[in-house]
Amino acid sequence: MKLVPTVLLLLGALYSIAPVIWLVFASTKGPGELFTTFSGFPSFNGGFMENVRTLNEFGDGRFWKWTLNSLIYAGGGAFLTVVISAACGYAMAKYKFHGQRLILGALLAGVLVPGITLSIPQYLLLSSAGLVGTYWSVILPSVISPYSIYLCQVYASASIPDEMLEAGRVDGAGEFRMLWSIGLPVMMPGLVTVFLLQFIGIWNNFLLPYIMLANDDRFPLTVGLYSLLNRGASQPALYTLVITGALLSIIPIFALFLFLQRYWKLDLIAGGVKG
Amino acid sequence: MTTATRRRKPAAPYLMAAPAVLLFIAFFLIPIGYAIWLSLHAMRVRGRGFGVRTEVFVGLENYISAIGDSAMYEALVRMLAYGVIMVPVTMGLALSFALMLDVPKVGLKSFSRLAIFLPYAVPGVIASVLWGFTYLPAVSPVTRIFTEAGLPAPDFFGDVSIYFSIANIAIWGSVGFNMVVLYTALRAMPAEVYEAAKIDGASEWQIAWKIKIPLLAPALIMTSVFSLIGMLQVFSEPNTVKSMTNSITPDWVPLMRIYQQGFIENDIYLSAATSVLLALVTVLLSLAALAVFRFRARRSS
Repeated sequence: MKLVPTVLLLLGALYSIAPVIWLVFASTKGPGELFTTFSGFPSFNGGFMENVRTLNEFGDGRFWKWTLNSLIYAGGGAFLTVVISAACGYAMAKYKFHGQRLILGALLAGVLVPGITLSIPQYLLLSSAGLVGTYWSVILPSVISPYSIYLCQVYASASIPDEMLEAGRVDGAGEFRMLWSIGLPVMMPGLVTVFLLQFIGIWNNFLLPYIMLANDDRFPLTVGLYSLLNRGASQPALYTLVITGALLSIIPIFALFLFLQRYWKLDLIAGGVKG
Repeated sequence: MTTATRRRKPAAPYLMAAPAVLLFIAFFLIPIGYAIWLSLHAMRVRGRGFGVRTEVFVGLENYISAIGDSAMYEALVRMLAYGVIMVPVTMGLALSFALMLDVPKVGLKSFSRLAIFLPYAVPGVIASVLWGFTYLPAVSPVTRIFTEAGLPAPDFFGDVSIYFSIANIAIWGSVGFNMVVLYTALRAMPAEVYEAAKIDGASEWQIAWKIKIPLLAPALIMTSVFSLIGMLQVFSEPNTVKSMTNSITPDWVPLMRIYQQGFIENDIYLSAATSVLLALVTVLLSLAALAVFRFRARRSS
């Protein structure tokens, strides 16, 4: 075993998980203990259960509402992204049609446009459509992801052999039938990756929901905890809620991550470099 | 594709691409066009006395105010100070970890890889909450350790240290993702190259420096471009930590300044002009990086 690289990697791992361990310890502190006891060690006075109970009761279960909202935004948004990106990427990889180069060029340019340049006009446009403050105002702008379309195109060209489609045509299958029963199954590992990247992207997004939403019933976890932290500046008792909420909010995403680890195809992202 | 395809179903590819194209028009092209339109207009009072406020064309006036905005200038300088720390450290750590993972017979490989990757799944806001509390003197375990030891505690919100504190949050969140992209690119390389070098007596260090890093150039450029774009769009970390310290002003970095112009000062026209400028900088920077990439690719082939 090589010692130096192993030790350095472990230091990197420690740096990466230490704040999460601190979060676990800090969430065991009741409101009275957070400022008085050393937060580098856990407390065992039932503080954690008390914090969870307080968080539960906070604003009639607002925290759980935020969690559900995050799931709706990230799950719904990522699912719709995959559907439209897969169809578009497949079409661009497997057909030649007018305007194809234009679409590809526009999409690649789209990757570079900063979020805020889009968010403010998107806000104004959605506001005139009466959609601001609804679930759609966060989902719709998230659904179009040039990067996802690009990955789907790269993956479709690499993984679907033309001969398979030719054989399908000889058998008299329609073009949409082939997308459904040949294209999508072959692309599935790539689509799982696109789904996960997009799920995490939307789950982690702050700016878009922060701009679009005013009513905290619709907040995702990021905006909800941010608003709680802001109020904590004048009411330090809320800090324990923020800490416990932050811990509970990262558990599901870590679980999803660990569970789906083997389905990730990160060589797809790296492979995009060669294309 | 064969011409037969085109004759049989000319509509199919258009229909498949249509939803994406329509949404792209609705949520990219129209907003960009609208942002440019807004940036060339302003709200003005027309007529004497109780004039009516109307939208008028003002040409490049907003752009001139945006460029002359001293708060924006300061925000840009702060962003650069943050970026000078964040981009090289992120890339340096990601590259080092990727190379170490690729060394044969490294222990606890999959554990370290997963642990370093996990922060990528933590939203910027939550990461800022996490680190923010470890910076906050009243709660910080670090402050506590220093005071218990009778030493002066480090000030994480100082004039200079604040840049490191904010950069650290972003570095923590992005090293893992870049590491995995670089490591995956390394794994995709043919093993024969290394074998040949080993037979010639090259050390692991020489292989990394002379063979692996040059081969990684395209992946390094792509990940650096993503880091640079991330730097230009930095928002949630300083915006979240802002509520814990006075060291972070509401216009600390360009996006915060744009948000302030648009939603607090209610000047969406100026805010649009500033964001169009920021978008231009992003596009130019990325194109420059891609040009370097093309140049290198041509030279090596």
